[in-house]
Amino acid sequence: MTATPATGRPAVPPLERSGLDRRCALVDRFFRALCVAASVVCIVPLAAIVLFVVLNGIAALNLDLLTKPPRALGTGGGALSAILGTLQMVALATLIAVPIGLFAGLYVNEFAERRSARAIRFAADVLVGVPSILVGIFVFTFLVLPFRQFNAFAGSVALGVLMIPVIMRTTEEILRLVPGSLREAALALGVPTWRTVISVVIRTAIPGILTGVMLAVARAAGETAPLLFTALGSRLVNAGDFSRPMDALPIFIYVNARQPFPALNQQAWGAAFLLLMFVLTINVLVRARTLGQRAG
Amino acid sequence: MTTAIRRRDLANRTSRLPDTVFRGGSRLIAWAVVALLALIATMLAASSAEAFTHFGVVDFVLGKVWDPVHSVFGALPYIVGTLASSAIALVIATPIAILTAIYLAELAPRRLAQPLTFLIELIAAIPSVVIGLWGVFVLTPLLKGTVETWAVQTLGWIPLFKGPPLGIGLFAAGVILAIMILPTIVTVSREVIVSVPMSQREAMFALGATRWETVTRAVVPYARSGIVGAVILGLGRALGETMAVTMVIGNSSDLPDSIFDQSQTISSKIATTFNEASVGLQTSSLIALGLILLVMTLLLNVVARLLVSRVAGPVAAE
Repeated sequence: MTATPATGRPAVPPLERSGLDRRCALVDRFFRALCVAASVVCIVPLAAIVLFVVLNGIAALNLDLLTKPPRALGTGGGALSAILGTLQMVALATLIAVPIGLFAGLYVNEFAERRSARAIRFAADVLVGVPSILVGIFVFTFLVLPFRQFNAFAGSVALGVLMIPVIMRTTEEILRLVPGSLREAALALGVPTWRTVISVVIRTAIPGILTGVMLAVARAAGETAPLLFTALGSRLVNAGDFSRPMDALPIFIYVNARQPFPALNQQAWGAAFLLLMFVLTINVLVRARTLGQRAG
Repeated sequence: MTTAIRRRDLANRTSRLPDTVFRGGSRLIAWAVVALLALIATMLAASSAEAFTHFGVVDFVLGKVWDPVHSVFGALPYIVGTLASSAIALVIATPIAILTAIYLAELAPRRLAQPLTFLIELIAAIPSVVIGLWGVFVLTPLLKGTVETWAVQTLGWIPLFKGPPLGIGLFAAGVILAIMILPTIVTVSREVIVSVPMSQREAMFALGATRWETVTRAVVPYARSGIVGAVILGLGRALGETMAVTMVIGNSSDLPDSIFDQSQTISSKIATTFNEASVGLQTSSLIALGLILLVMTLLLNVVARLLVSRVAGPVAAE
């Protein structure tokens, strides 16, 4: 037994790496490199899409795009009809979806028994998975076909249907985080349940609920498929007449991307820039906040 | 004493009316969401009945011709287009997404993992039509000049890779879909992998295993069904995706021979022809296509959620 005098501990013979060991290390390093590469590949399309939309979009951005309706024929004009249409239809869709989503989420978290809560939650999840174009057909059958007229109201309802499950699920998740002691404190003061829910539970959860609403708004603003058979799109500015067809930014992009005129393609890029900035801004703001909360 | 209690009971009962209304109202609204789903399914089934009874379910599903002039409608080309484009998307996206999920959950330092997850989730927020626009003007010319030309030249003798490389077609749709389902597969698999108990890893490390061995022998097998669920969830999203696919797939009603052929999915067929269809058999046939799509996506969603919740608990499946 040899002992090094400096430490008094027995000397450990230097580890020798066997061939197998080295191979394991090599495989491991290769695997790590592969994982890093895959992550980079995931980010590339995001970067590429945002880059091209910003570059082409800024080039296409001018006052005409923001302030003029499309010309009836040929090129020129702008996207005013689409901008106004998206704002109006998303606003009405939000008005429709927020109360329904809010109360449904409220019921699932506050009142429902376990089994019915599960059933409703499941239905909402499935509803999220329903392809949006089918929602378009559904609303078409009930709100377009009977009136023989494509209309913006149907478009708003279609967008609302897509927003409901999103708002409902986020509401429910946020309400679950409201501590039970708050409810108990209010009830102990003799406050009726409905007052407790409205002025204690919901008020506490409002920032979280707004998060869900904003994400739903961002989703609805970018939807094209459910509008094709409902609001249809239009080349006229429609301010406030929900019984007639209305344009929307996604439809404007879709229609102009298919035109053979480069000038109209340019307009599609400009509109895509506006839409993407709107959607990304909401997402970044909302998610950055929740991310900060989670970390804090 | 008893009278006092009774009186208080009485007072409570009168003040309970708003509570009952509130509770009943919210219950009504909650079940209305369930009814909405049922209504969508019923309406699609009712409106497609005409097509199914006219052609018969099997003949409609296997019919190769879509001819409005002679009122003959078959769904096969669109079912094939839907399945083929989604299959291409899965082949591309699955390995990339799973490796990324492993990186985010197991390897990346927290400071890097969080913003990376955030960026990947952001892809899901980009409107489909914007991705489609990018697909038409940026991606398809790029694919045509690089991957497709190369594949046709070197692998063209295999019927599946037959040319000509057009850019627009099934393959481009698959690539676009791959991009769009990446965030779904990555985030759900990451959740599943994170939920694998630490003891699984510690046991492997204690045996002197490397990261690679730990991940492949202890973590992934434990999370397998959840990861499969994540992939199926991605598939469900790919099947129903409409706008981006419509813009790059070429919208040809023929059965595709090769992955570079132009084709059409169920949703793109509906998107491009529903408004022009004469109400009657043609509309009914389009809605029948929609019903087939609904059944496919619903089944996949249910299966996927069951698989994911088996590993990660009900929360991650959301």
